[in-house]
Amino acid sequence: VSGEAAVTVLSSGVAMMVPLLFAALGELFAERSGVINVGLEGMMLVGALAGVIGAVFTGSPWIGVAAGAAGGLAMGAIFAGVVVTRGADQVVAGTAVNLLALGATGAAFRALSERSGSPLAAPTFPEAAIPGLAQLPVIGEALFRRNALVYLALLMVPVSTALLFHTRWGLRLRAVGENPAAADTMGVIVARARWEAVLLCGGLAGLGGVYLSIGHVRSFSEDMIAGRGFIALAVVIFGRWRPGGIAAAALLFGLAQGLGYSFQALNLRAPYQLFLALPYALTLAALVLRGGRSAAPAALAQPYQRS
Amino acid sequence: MGDPVGGVRLPPHLARAALLLVNLAVAVALTAGIVALFGASPAEALSALVRGAVGSETGLTESLLEAIPLLLAGLGVALAFRAHLWNIGAEGQLLVGSLAAVVIGTRLPTWPAWLLLPAVLAAGATAGALWAGLAAALRVYRAVPEVIATIMLNFLALNLVSWAATGPLREPGQDIPRTRLLPEAALLPAVGGGGLHAGMYVALAAVAVVGVLLFHTPAGFRIRAVGQNPEASAAAGLPVARTLSLAFCLSGALAGLAGAVQLAGVTHRVYGGSSPGTGYTAVAVALVGGLHPAGVLLAALFFGGLVAGSNEMQRTAGVSSVIVSVIQGLVLLLLIAGPRARMRLPRGTEHEEALAADQRFDEEVTAERGQRGLASNSREEPR
Repeated sequence: VSGEAAVTVLSSGVAMMVPLLFAALGELFAERSGVINVGLEGMMLVGALAGVIGAVFTGSPWIGVAAGAAGGLAMGAIFAGVVVTRGADQVVAGTAVNLLALGATGAAFRALSERSGSPLAAPTFPEAAIPGLAQLPVIGEALFRRNALVYLALLMVPVSTALLFHTRWGLRLRAVGENPAAADTMGVIVARARWEAVLLCGGLAGLGGVYLSIGHVRSFSEDMIAGRGFIALAVVIFGRWRPGGIAAAALLFGLAQGLGYSFQALNLRAPYQLFLALPYALTLAALVLRGGRSAAPAALAQPYQRS
Repeated sequence: MGDPVGGVRLPPHLARAALLLVNLAVAVALTAGIVALFGASPAEALSALVRGAVGSETGLTESLLEAIPLLLAGLGVALAFRAHLWNIGAEGQLLVGSLAAVVIGTRLPTWPAWLLLPAVLAAGATAGALWAGLAAALRVYRAVPEVIATIMLNFLALNLVSWAATGPLREPGQDIPRTRLLPEAALLPAVGGGGLHAGMYVALAAVAVVGVLLFHTPAGFRIRAVGQNPEASAAAGLPVARTLSLAFCLSGALAGLAGAVQLAGVTHRVYGGSSPGTGYTAVAVALVGGLHPAGVLLAALFFGGLVAGSNEMQRTAGVSSVIVSVIQGLVLLLLIAGPRARMRLPRGTEHEEALAADQRFDEEVTAERGQRGLASNSREEPR
C-alpha cells in the first residue's frame, strides 16, 4: 500500500468518523443517565438542516454550527419531555422522533429550495492546519489539516471523560443511570439529570449532523444521515460506554465506511456493502461474545417516576 | 379500567378510541401548523389529503394498496409487542422477505402459478422468520436486547439486499441496481381493474389468523401471558424462552410476508439500496391499533390513506408528501406521552428476570429428570 493511498483512506475514515463521534458521545451521556435514544438519526437530520439554513442565511458557517446544535437540542427537548417528564417508553419515542424529523426536514427542505429556486449551498468551512502536527507523515494530513469541527469532535473525547468521570455532575448522571431510585434517595433529582443528559445528547447529535451538511458535503439532502444515527448506537456499545472506547470504535467504523464508499467510487469488484455492513456485524458479534448488557448502564431504557 | 374522560366514565374501548381520535386530531392540527409555517395553505393541503385518500376510486385503491404491507407488518409488530418483545426490525425482516421471494420467483420460472406463487410467499415469510429468529436467539441465549439486535439486523438486511441487487441478482445490462422481474406465474392476481391485487385477501386472512392465534389458542395465551407478566408466567411453568422465540419468529414471518406480497403485488422486482420505511411505520400502525388485530386493520387503513392522500397533496397543494411522517411521529408521541396513556410496554429488567426465572425453571426440570434417570433434552445452556 502506497503512502498516498493510506492518506486517502485515513482521511476519508476520519471524515466519516466525525459525525459518528459527535453523535455517539451524545448518546453516551444519554445512556449513562439511563435513557436510550433511538432517535439519534432524526436529531442529526434536524441538526444538518438547521445548520445549512443558519449558514446560508447568515453567511457564517459558525452560526450554522450554532443553529445545527440548537436544532438537535430542540429535538432533544421534545424527546426528554416525552421520556423523562412523561415517563413514556424510550424506544417508541425514539422511533417517533425519527419519523417526525424525517418528515419535518424533508418537507422544510423542499419548501425552502422551491422558494429560493436553487439548492441551498452553505458557505465553506475553512481548513485550519495545526502548525507542526500537520507536517507529520500520513496522520498529519488526515488528522491535523482539517476544519474546526473535526478538532472539536476530537476535543470532545477528553472533555466527555472529564465531565463524566471527574465532576460531581458526571457522578450524579452515572448514578441516575445505574440506580435511579438510590440516586433519588441520595437527593439527586433524577429527572433533572436525565433532562440535562438528553439535551446534551441532542446538541451533540445536531453537531454530528452539521458536520455532514456544512463541514463535509456543504449542502443538505434528505437521506444524508444514511443510518449514521444507528451506527452511533453501535459505536456506543462497541466502545463499551466509555469515551476512549467510543473514539476507537468511531474511527474503526468510520474507516469501514470510508473504505466502503471509496470502493464504490473506484468501481472495484469486491462488494462495497461488506464494508458498509461491517459496523453492524461487528457490534452484533461483540454483543454475542460479551453477552447482553454487561457493560451497559443498569437502568438503561427504564423510565423513572418518583412515587 | 374505564378511565374518566372529561368527567364521564366511558367503557375502556370507547375511552381509548375517543382518546385516539383526539390524539389524531391534535397531530393533524400540529402538522397543519407546520404546513402553514412553510407558506402553504393548511386547508388546501388537508382537503387534498382527504381527496387523495378517499375522494375517488383511484384514491381509494391507492389507499388500500398502501395499507396492505402496513397491515401485514403491523400485525407482526403487534404480535411481538404482545409478548413484550421489542421487534423494531420489521423493516429488515420485510427486506429479506422480498429478497428470498424474488430469488424463488426468478429461479423457478417454469413452475405453474398455483405452485410458484405460494412458494414465493412462503419464501418471504420463512426468510422473515429466520431473520427475526436471529434476534430471538441472541436475546434468549445471550441476553442481547432485541432493540439493538433488530436495529443492527435492519441495516445488515439493507446491505444484503443492496449487494444482491448490484451483484448476483442484478438484471443483466442494467445501470440501476435491480433484480429481474418476477415471472407472470409468481405475481398476485389483480383484483378489479384499478391495480388492486389479491395480497389484500392475504392480509385480511392474516388479521383473522393472528386474532385466532392470540385469543383462541394456547400459544396465543402464552404469548400474552409472557408479555403481561414474565415472572408470573415463568413461575407458573410457562416456557418463556420458547414463547418469546415463537412470537419473534411469527412476527418476522408476517413482516417477511409483507415484503413478499409487496413484491408479488406491486413492485415485481427488488431494487437495491433503499429502505421503504414500511417496517418503521408498522410500529406506529401496531401501537395506534392498540396491538389488537382489528385495531391494526383500522390503523393500517388510516396510515395507508395518509400515504395515498399525501401524494395528491404534493401534486396539488405543493406540500411535500414526506410530511405524513410528521403526522405519524406526532400521533405516536401523543399516544405514549399524552394524557392517560395506559399502554404497558416492555421494560428491560422484566425480560431479564423472566429469562433468569425461565432458566431456573429449566434447570429444575433438568435436575428432576436427572434424578429420575431420564435423558435430559432440555435446552442447551451456553457455557
